[in-house]
Amino acid sequence: MDIKKTPKKLNVKEKYRLMTRDLAWEPSYRDEKEIYPYVDYEGIKVHDWSKWEDPFRLTMDAYWKYQAEKERKYYAIIDAHAQNNGHLNVTDARYLTAIKLFLQGISPGEYAAHRGFARVGREFAGVGPQVACQMQSIDEIRHAQTQVHAMSNYNKFYNGFKDFATQRDRIWYTSVPRSFFDDAMSAGPFEFLIAIGFSFEYVLTNLLFVPFMSGAAYNGDMATCTFGFSAQSDEARHMTLGLECIKFMLEQDPDNIPIVQKWIDKWFWRGCRLLTLVAAMMDYMLPKRVMSWREAWNIYGVENGNALFRDLARYGIKPPMHWDDVEKSIDHTSHQIMLGLYQWKFGTAFHAWTPSASDIEWLKEKYPTTFEKYYLPRWEYAIAQKEAGGEYNNFGLPKLCQTCQLPCLFTEPDDPTQLCHRETEYEGEKYHFCSDGCQHVFEQEPEKYVQAWLPMPALMQEPLKGDLAAWMEWVSLEPTAAGEYANSEDKANFEKWRKQVSTD
Amino acid sequence: MQIDVQTVNIAQKNQTFTHLKKRFGDKKIPSRYQEASYDLQAVENLHYRPTWAPEQELYDPNLSKIRMSDWYDLKDPRQFYYSTYTLNRAKQQETMESNFKTVESLNLIEGMPDPVLKITQDLLIPLRHLNYASNLNNTLVCGYGYGTVFTQPCVYHAMDNLGIAQYLSRLGLMIGDVESLEAAKQDWMESDAWQPLRRSLEDLMCVRDPVEVFIKQNFVLDGLLYPLVYQRIVDKHLLELGGSGISILTQFMTNWYLESVRWVDSVVKTMAAESAENKAVLEEWIDSAANHFTSVLLPVAGLAVEGNHTDELVSEVHEGLMKRATKAGLFK
Amino acid sequence: MSKVFIILQANEDTRPIVEAIEQDNPDAEVVHEPAMVKVQAEGSLVVRRETIEEEIGREFDMQELNINLITLSGNVDEDEDALTLTWNS
Repeated sequence: MDIKKTPKKLNVKEKYRLMTRDLAWEPSYRDEKEIYPYVDYEGIKVHDWSKWEDPFRLTMDAYWKYQAEKERKYYAIIDAHAQNNGHLNVTDARYLTAIKLFLQGISPGEYAAHRGFARVGREFAGVGPQVACQMQSIDEIRHAQTQVHAMSNYNKFYNGFKDFATQRDRIWYTSVPRSFFDDAMSAGPFEFLIAIGFSFEYVLTNLLFVPFMSGAAYNGDMATCTFGFSAQSDEARHMTLGLECIKFMLEQDPDNIPIVQKWIDKWFWRGCRLLTLVAAMMDYMLPKRVMSWREAWNIYGVENGNALFRDLARYGIKPPMHWDDVEKSIDHTSHQIMLGLYQWKFGTAFHAWTPSASDIEWLKEKYPTTFEKYYLPRWEYAIAQKEAGGEYNNFGLPKLCQTCQLPCLFTEPDDPTQLCHRETEYEGEKYHFCSDGCQHVFEQEPEKYVQAWLPMPALMQEPLKGDLAAWMEWVSLEPTAAGEYANSEDKANFEKWRKQVSTD
Repeated sequence: MQIDVQTVNIAQKNQTFTHLKKRFGDKKIPSRYQEASYDLQAVENLHYRPTWAPEQELYDPNLSKIRMSDWYDLKDPRQFYYSTYTLNRAKQQETMESNFKTVESLNLIEGMPDPVLKITQDLLIPLRHLNYASNLNNTLVCGYGYGTVFTQPCVYHAMDNLGIAQYLSRLGLMIGDVESLEAAKQDWMESDAWQPLRRSLEDLMCVRDPVEVFIKQNFVLDGLLYPLVYQRIVDKHLLELGGSGISILTQFMTNWYLESVRWVDSVVKTMAAESAENKAVLEEWIDSAANHFTSVLLPVAGLAVEGNHTDELVSEVHEGLMKRATKAGLFK
Repeated sequence: MSKVFIILQANEDTRPIVEAIEQDNPDAEVVHEPAMVKVQAEGSLVVRRETIEEEIGREFDMQELNINLITLSGNVDEDEDALTLTWNS
């Protein structure tokens, strides 16, 4: 070899190949199967790992440099937010319900994604996807941490934030996102990547982060908007990873196509069910709205999703199985979920409320075919009860869907007056589902979904045995964090503090 | 209406999150490290067992022989969370960037004596493959270890190892273009000096106990290799041969090792202090791995120094490692 | 035809980038929303380093885009000179 040879200028692609791909070697002392024991049990065939395409070619020096710049910007904003009582800049304190849900439900998901990507970043047998997944793993812990740091300041002044760690594991509604991430993590490495990298990141996070975070900004919450957009800049890399992974599998072997299709069907549905919570956040919890859930779905779901599936059609991939059911549900889910959260608000670490007169006008305008006809009467009933001095609560325990863990509160796709309910018997036990989609997911892998931890039956069993007060203690739910917003300490404090700082 | 939110003083409801209050009380405002690290991992009511290993839990402390009553005792003395970690590395990266520029603009490689370049090529460049193995090993610890304060630094460590592999690659490209990397890979795959080490790393990549991997990679192997290669060979031997340019380009590795020793030692110390059983397991791992890796590194050291000098060097670093073990409460 | 898009945070850093994208993609549509700006086009969109450099009057590394990028849609091809988004349909 000729030492002191003047190096030629390498282009980015070649340089990146040398800096990552070329680091790995083919083991000769041990069998690959011993090093990568989990890479083939799902049935995905990979003939050539080097065919993996790296979409963004960040070497570590560039990664540190650009991420540090994002971090500096981010912490400057949340420091200023904390020092200047930025929490009083939000439109009104109803908005806080959205970010309480975020901290209890989404941030733990970011953390789970961090651990999951570390696992697949170890289990894939090719250095290209290994490094891409590791980078996503470190990004995801960033997201969990920046979210906790942003919420930390809200926790100092408001109820419902302080015990997110207990509520993550015990309270009923966080079981929805956690079962989603647990489902992905307990799957094999390729399915995990479809679940999080493709369905969640590519098809769905745009719906979570882009219009909602723009809404946070519009409602004066610069801390949340900043972590949202700052996280989403990493998501752009993650989404691309998800798409690359899918193309890689499809190109490696035609036998992979039906497996991938099955996962797309499953995870699209799982993701859409999870996002019904985001639908309620967007339509009901942003006091000032940027766009409705329907409008967001049209842009990021229909338009973007169709573009994606038209692109994947060349591999023989079809749009997800329950796409039509999702489409039919879009004008309904946010109302159904919010009505559900409202009637079970005694058991949530956030507040709920009935829509105001102006909210109702907006909802009518945005949902001309459904809101007034199906949901306004139910809200009016709740409002009338409140005006008569009562409170509309449903102390009956909701039946939870065995798959998505949401209460069975959705309606039949073709008949919004009929509650949808499905049942499957498996090994002598009956299991309940909110939809055909969730039933289908269960029936593909019943041995997995029978294991699901269902928070409502847990309340009826030892040691709680239906004792609501004992349950509230167990889930660390203080009465001040729950219930009607109008009567809440959060509202009273927010208004008092705002008065203190406002001058006419 | 005007809002002047900065002037008002509002009484706080909560100083801290409940899980931090339970651990640290609420006299002090928790640090960002504490907020970012403690109790972030789900603990109970995990929904499904892994389909890849149904005998395991999704987060399973029993994957290791090491037992901790609280895995959150294994705190990182550097208190790295994503932001502090990234800002630190960005600063070091800037220094390294200017080091590379300096070496380039002063043409330091051009003027370097042949023995320096030969040792750099033979000894340093193949190490990029070792860093890749360490990257995978630390990724495994992060993925399957228990408790965020233990697992979090491992993903940073994994990425650092990737970074080091990339710095070594740049060094290779600088001294001998793509051919340097090709030759180094061939050595790694075929030359006698490297085979025992490569075999040991392939063995280690088959280990699934996350703490065992952590100990053997980060405490034992790195604890022998970095003092041997970077402290003794690069920063002393090569310097004597006129290779200061090389030690400028490995400055990251030297400083990084000194920094990570504090973390690794603190983890070992805390685990050892937990129980006699832990202590016994750690001693067994460290003792056997230290002897094994010491012998494996002998031919590697031989790429830079002659004959009986290698024995001396290698037993020196072995002694240094055992001293660290004793300081951590082991072997006594 | 399907639409590709790129969304950037709305700030001083991205103003010249958006202008550069507009120059290179005369048919692209620019949509301003709270705190963000979306640039979309039918079929494909290209972001060129040289045009950005002309706008900002200094060297620009395509990877700097990462700092203010919010999201994108389409197959990505990035090298040192350009980032291209396309849908094959």
